[in-house]
Amino acid sequence: MKDKIEEIEKNALQELDNCSNLKSLEDLRVKYLGKKGELTALLKMMGTLSKEERPVIGSLVNKVRDELEDIITSKEKELKKKEIAEKLESEKIDVTLPSSKIRRGSKHPINRVIEEVEDLFVSMGYDVVSGPELETDEYCFERLNLPKGHPARDMQDSFYITTEYLLRTQTSAVQARAMMDNKEKSPIRIIVPGKTYRREDDATHSHQFNQVEGLVIDKNITFADLKGTLEVFMKHMLGENTKLRFRPSYFPFTEPSYEVDVSCFKCGGKGCNLCKQTGWIELLGSGMVHPNVLRVNGYDPDKYTGFAFGTGLDRLAMFKYGITDMRLLYANDVRFLEQFDRKDI
Amino acid sequence: MKLSTNFLKDYLDINIDTKEDIYNLAENMTKIGNEYDFQGKLINATKLIIGEVVECENHPDSDHLHVCRVDIGNEVLQIVCGAPNVRKGLKVIVALPGAKLPGGEIKRSVIRGQESNGMLCSIAELGIENKFLKEEDKAGIHELPEDANIGDDPISYMGMNDGVIDFELTANRGDLLSILGMAYEVGSIYNKKVKPMDLSYKEKGKLDFKLNIVTENCSLFLAKKVENVVIKESPDNIKERLIASGIRPINNVVDISNYVMLETGQPLHFYDADKLEGMLEVRMAKEGEKLTTLDKQERTLGADDIVISDGNRAIGLAGVMGGYDTEITENTKNIIIEAAIFDSVKIRRTSNKILRSEASNRFEKGLDPNRTYMAIERSCHMLEKYADATIISGMEVYDKTKKEDKKIDIKKEDINSLLGSNISDTEIIDIFERLAFKVEKDKDILHVLVPTRRMDISIKEDLIEEVGRIYGVDNIQGRLKEMPIKKGTFDSTLREIRNKMINLGLNETLTYSLVEEKEANMFTNKKMEDIKILAPLTEERSYLRQSLITSLYKTYEYNVSRDNKDVCLFEIGKTFFKDKEEYKEENKVACLMSGEYYLGLNYKNVDFYVIKGVCEEILDYLGYNLRYSFIMDKEKMPEEMHPGKSALISVNNDVVGIIGRITPEICKDEVYVMEINLDKLLAKKVGKMKYKELSKFPVVKKDLAVLVKKDIQAQDLIKTIKNNGGKLLLDTKVFDLYDGKGIKEGDKSIAFSLTFGAQDRTLVDEEINSCIDKIIKGLENKHGATLRK
Repeated sequence: MKDKIEEIEKNALQELDNCSNLKSLEDLRVKYLGKKGELTALLKMMGTLSKEERPVIGSLVNKVRDELEDIITSKEKELKKKEIAEKLESEKIDVTLPSSKIRRGSKHPINRVIEEVEDLFVSMGYDVVSGPELETDEYCFERLNLPKGHPARDMQDSFYITTEYLLRTQTSAVQARAMMDNKEKSPIRIIVPGKTYRREDDATHSHQFNQVEGLVIDKNITFADLKGTLEVFMKHMLGENTKLRFRPSYFPFTEPSYEVDVSCFKCGGKGCNLCKQTGWIELLGSGMVHPNVLRVNGYDPDKYTGFAFGTGLDRLAMFKYGITDMRLLYANDVRFLEQFDRKDI
Repeated sequence: MKLSTNFLKDYLDINIDTKEDIYNLAENMTKIGNEYDFQGKLINATKLIIGEVVECENHPDSDHLHVCRVDIGNEVLQIVCGAPNVRKGLKVIVALPGAKLPGGEIKRSVIRGQESNGMLCSIAELGIENKFLKEEDKAGIHELPEDANIGDDPISYMGMNDGVIDFELTANRGDLLSILGMAYEVGSIYNKKVKPMDLSYKEKGKLDFKLNIVTENCSLFLAKKVENVVIKESPDNIKERLIASGIRPINNVVDISNYVMLETGQPLHFYDADKLEGMLEVRMAKEGEKLTTLDKQERTLGADDIVISDGNRAIGLAGVMGGYDTEITENTKNIIIEAAIFDSVKIRRTSNKILRSEASNRFEKGLDPNRTYMAIERSCHMLEKYADATIISGMEVYDKTKKEDKKIDIKKEDINSLLGSNISDTEIIDIFERLAFKVEKDKDILHVLVPTRRMDISIKEDLIEEVGRIYGVDNIQGRLKEMPIKKGTFDSTLREIRNKMINLGLNETLTYSLVEEKEANMFTNKKMEDIKILAPLTEERSYLRQSLITSLYKTYEYNVSRDNKDVCLFEIGKTFFKDKEEYKEENKVACLMSGEYYLGLNYKNVDFYVIKGVCEEILDYLGYNLRYSFIMDKEKMPEEMHPGKSALISVNNDVVGIIGRITPEICKDEVYVMEINLDKLLAKKVGKMKYKELSKFPVVKKDLAVLVKKDIQAQDLIKTIKNNGGKLLLDTKVFDLYDGKGIKEGDKSIAFSLTFGAQDRTLVDEEINSCIDKIIKGLENKHGATLRK
């Protein structure tokens, strides 16, 4: 009996070794452990054994059966794993094929700069306002201390529609609107980004361009406040190491007036092609709001002072992204636009 | 304004000699508000020396070269020279080996076998512009006078050791268009007083001359006569100052008129007195009147141009250029000097129209009447000194100007409270004195007398600017004023639309508002009037666009011509039109889509439903879900659109835009466009975003396919389904469209997926079936639909 058991075990183990799929494994289980299996048959023969042999043989059969069951189960696991692996292997794809997606959009570099400027000034408590592009002579010029006959409002320089209407030459037109619209004549803190138009077109001037205007009116506003504000503005846009140079200048709507140069960000002020070897790049116009402008728009210049500044956003965008030709900004070549498709750093 | 530093030194005691001095002056001027374009020496050449040709032989191997031996003091050099005028005994400018000239560096060389140790120079080779050269300067090397000292520096000897700074002045500083003005300005930096001008001369005889000023556009007119001038070449120092200032020397008399203009800023005109009829008249030109100006050009004038006349005909274009007929010639003996002030706006208009000149540039910016008188006297002084003129006593004067200094009162506090500075009274008074403004201190008030030359200063703030710029902007510390804390506001809607469009895969563009005439009303229903620019730069940019699509389509064409095939663009911008005499502008968003949109192996090109998806995404995002519809209306559709593949976009039953394919008549490729009027759209209020309770009960989905006539629109069927489905019908979707085999010609099968459910219970079959029955009945009655089984 004992020999028989050992032989069964030996045969079963040998067959197990050769077993290579789940089907033959199941057959094997049935063959040895099934209801009509060889081991089961042995157990059924227990009655024929002596009282003394029974427990010995019994436990031996059980031991072999448990052993075989364990081995079959683990073999089964192994084979299942193998089978799944084979199946998955057969489903293999080429992960390097192109993805399915829609095309990626992009934000125009000028609008990127506009948003950056807006976010900065909103964080400093400024309101962002807009005004008409088709502006009246009154708001574009007259209310800004540019009387009739002033060179800057000549037909030569502006796109007039009628003698009264023109395409605004400067976002400053919104200064007058903001002051006039403020019925309480309370303090003002605004910036105005937007399109402007001038009657010139060459390699460095587009007849349409973008400006941002800033206007602050309050009690005790000084030139020092203007200087501090523009320092924050330019350092934010062009880097912490940026230096500013204020040069006295002339604009009809401010007095005193200043042009503002920034230290060349390409060469750091040593002199290069970008700054024409001067180390400085002219970037902003600014000044203290002219008392005539305050007065004509309803603010008492004896009580209020203010500052205003303006800068070209096209140039700022060109500097920021290293765009060398201004015409690219308006040509809208898809190969150009698509480069502005990611997060700014 | 080109400033000659030698000229400046006539009126200011300063040392501006070296390259460094010139650079520092230019930079210092920039700091007080006067930018420059160029600064440097008039002549940029090194290692030049005066030499004498002691031997001059023909070159053995050349028919035009000479082999010269040139004495330069401490040695004698052999130099090969090709100039026709080189000869023995000539004093010449020698560029030594290593000399750097504007044309390059001079090196020792061997020319056709003959050693050459330098170069003999012409004036042109020193870098003087061609327009200033005399014929003999162009033809050969420069011939120095006999008295030139061998071994000396030829530049200094010729008086050409000068510096030039070309300033770009601001429009308000007309006073700086003069050496005197520059002297005051530079004097304020270096704290130097301006030296007086020599205005002395002797007079005799009696002036017999008449003026007749018949236009208010002339406020000052002075005429003085000088006789018996001798026309000749000007002395070197006058010629050199003119050249450095950018003016070509002609003869002593013409040069003096220019020289005095440069000194005083007052343009002058000299007439040949013998060609006048004893009078000068100032009047407005007659429309179409002709005048030949000094440059021999015949000009046609208009009623807005001021002219000088001799009583009969125009002989000068006031403020711009004199007439050819009465100009100074070699034979001129007697001269009438004119110094006048004309209306600056009129002169600017005329010069913009006809021509710009040194004179018109000064008239445009305004002139100081005191200088007008000064210029006459200075001219007399110069003509007597350099043209042997006899000055005739008396002067004809027409004068409507004020010539008193302006008095402005100011306090220290006024200055410091605007600049944010802390400048003391002493410093302020010092600054005004540097500027040569008279100041009187009366307790805390400063009475400042502003000289007439400073026409740009009229109010307190102008004086504050003066103090600020001389004090030094760099000396004022920037600060950020503490202001009441408030949140800055801005309307983020446009930005959100922009970001949404970008996320939908579109490239943002920025295009021009100005377009050509035929494009102005494209992609509109042509009901509104176009807006035209009065004086456009080009025909291409002469009208304001009424639709953004026009610009996007142009951009599309631009890209296609550059082989950029998949073009999906959008723009947020304004369009313009005229409606019943009123000018209107509207904010719009538009997009254009063509080519591949869904990428990858299963790529898909843009069709109507892709752009419709973009449109719906925008409308849904803005909160208009379930409130819009797409309406086909051939009558209202712009003719540029494909009538069978386009629609009006309607929100709350109001048309806010268009969508569809551009008609193949314009573009044979499939290009889809959309435009939404944002002003119209955003005026329609939407409710707040609010959470809706999720149902705890399951929903039931049922499919329903019906046969209908082909031209019945899905949108209408859905409407009927919704109207009949009642509250339990939660959602209706089209999921299949079929008109192939098995479907009657002219019919289509359209299948809907219907979702039913309720907040409070699980629906039972009876309820759902009753809903579906109602829906089918509705579809049958309204659209003649039959259930497809």
